[in-house]
Amino acid sequence: MCGIVGLLIKKPELQDRLGEWATPMLIGMTERGPDSAGIAVYGEPVADGLRKISLHAPAGFDWQGLQRQLADVAGFEVRANHAVLTTSADPVALRAWFKLTHPMVHVLSVGRTIDLYKDVGTPAQIADRYGMAGFRGTHLVAHTRMATESAVTPENAHPYTAGEDWCLVHNGSLSNPNSLRRQLEPLGISFDGDCDTEAACRYFEWRMREGDSLEQALNKGFDELDGFYTFLMGTSDALAIVRDGFACKPALVAETDDWVAIASEYRSLAHLPGVKGATLFEPQPERIYAWRAQQ
Amino acid sequence: MSGAAMVTSAAGGLVSFDLATTPLREVNQFLHTGLGQTTRVRIDNPDGAHSIAVGMDAPVQIDIAGNAGYYAAGMNKHASVTVHGNAGPSVAENMMSGTVRVKGFASVAAAASAHGGLLVVEGDAGLRCGISLKGADIVVGGSVGSFSMFMAQAGRLVVCGDAGDALGDSLYEAVIYVRGEVKSLGADARFEPLTEADIVALAALLEQAGLHDKDGKPYEPRSFKRIASARELYHWNVDANQSY
Repeated sequence: MCGIVGLLIKKPELQDRLGEWATPMLIGMTERGPDSAGIAVYGEPVADGLRKISLHAPAGFDWQGLQRQLADVAGFEVRANHAVLTTSADPVALRAWFKLTHPMVHVLSVGRTIDLYKDVGTPAQIADRYGMAGFRGTHLVAHTRMATESAVTPENAHPYTAGEDWCLVHNGSLSNPNSLRRQLEPLGISFDGDCDTEAACRYFEWRMREGDSLEQALNKGFDELDGFYTFLMGTSDALAIVRDGFACKPALVAETDDWVAIASEYRSLAHLPGVKGATLFEPQPERIYAWRAQQ
Repeated sequence: MSGAAMVTSAAGGLVSFDLATTPLREVNQFLHTGLGQTTRVRIDNPDGAHSIAVGMDAPVQIDIAGNAGYYAAGMNKHASVTVHGNAGPSVAENMMSGTVRVKGFASVAAAASAHGGLLVVEGDAGLRCGISLKGADIVVGGSVGSFSMFMAQAGRLVVCGDAGDALGDSLYEAVIYVRGEVKSLGADARFEPLTEADIVALAALLEQAGLHDKDGKPYEPRSFKRIASARELYHWNVDANQSY
């Protein structure tokens, strides 16, 4: 199973409500994904030359000790098992340094707009642990996980990221993640976990790095990815959704003048203000839908 | 049963529930064992809950006042269920008799495996509408998605709009009528001329469904195309060389 949730706020004056409105959406998908959850939230970009790096470490990790060892820190905000580091350091070098000196610290996301939280627990526990109701920003991508093909660990929770300010959540299952992985690893693309979704995420990011637009990358994915999927994706200024040709995995879009909300089921949309007057539709198979955020 | 959650009108025939305050299990329990003289049941705030009014076995009118989730009115027998909104996957799955009407759109696998009764979807129906149909009738006011009527054995599907890919793949004796475009037919499905019996049947189904064209006029049965099985998959063809 698994549940997907996305919310994009159209009016800048409503961006304070992002987390408040999205929290019941996430909790509404508990039955589809009770074992882990994750949230990627997109907000104001940090200044030029800076990047935000979302980090996860097991409970009890000494975040203050880590902060003392870091140079070029412009911000360091700890929430439970996560920290968001704002820095001018090179993210590639930093990732290598973490691997060498703090192997229990995982880099969850890198970018100028994205913060990412994902962990093991019920959606309500995770929303509470990371203060989701207080999240502000333009848009948000979230996921509730019911693991089917890899262990229940924070690394295997969604969203997945690759490159910068790009994330993906997945409802479904791929049957060729290992062959994708064998295709990508010789190109120097490394994997953090063993979840099928990570293969799709790294595949799309690789295609976009090679010059494809998101649309071109997703179109190639229709041929290259074997399996069932509804993918919900976030970039610094957009939300996008795509379903495989059989559309076995559900998705519903509701849109008003104030927001666009996406969820696996109507249960997660029913509480939204103005939903009764919203335009509702199910995304067609093999068609790419995207909505752009206004900063 | 928490009596406070149940509201009975003075007329006695109508009972209302609010799913915002009453657990679905209590509502379905009432529908199965507590109807008594009730002739009409209204369910407010369905908000996408699953399995609303499944397993009905009584001639009662049920109004679901909003959007239903998975399996609404599944296994229906005798009841007349109206969803005043959209329905999630597998609405009227395995229906035996009665009528289910969706005022909005229906998600995938509408009336899957249904043996009898009538499903009316006033909007569009998603993929796999009528998959494995076993005798029920389906009338869709809008269009149906790909793989509709896959392996349908008996019953009829009427589509006032268009149909997606692989319509009627591996059909048995079920019959499909489409007014608009068919993107592609599935294996062993073929267009056939409308017969006089088809025209009579279509007129009756469209009238029962109460669907009209954009100008409010009844649809002309002769404007539909008939799709049925070529019956070439009924027997193994050794010369086909796995072509289907």
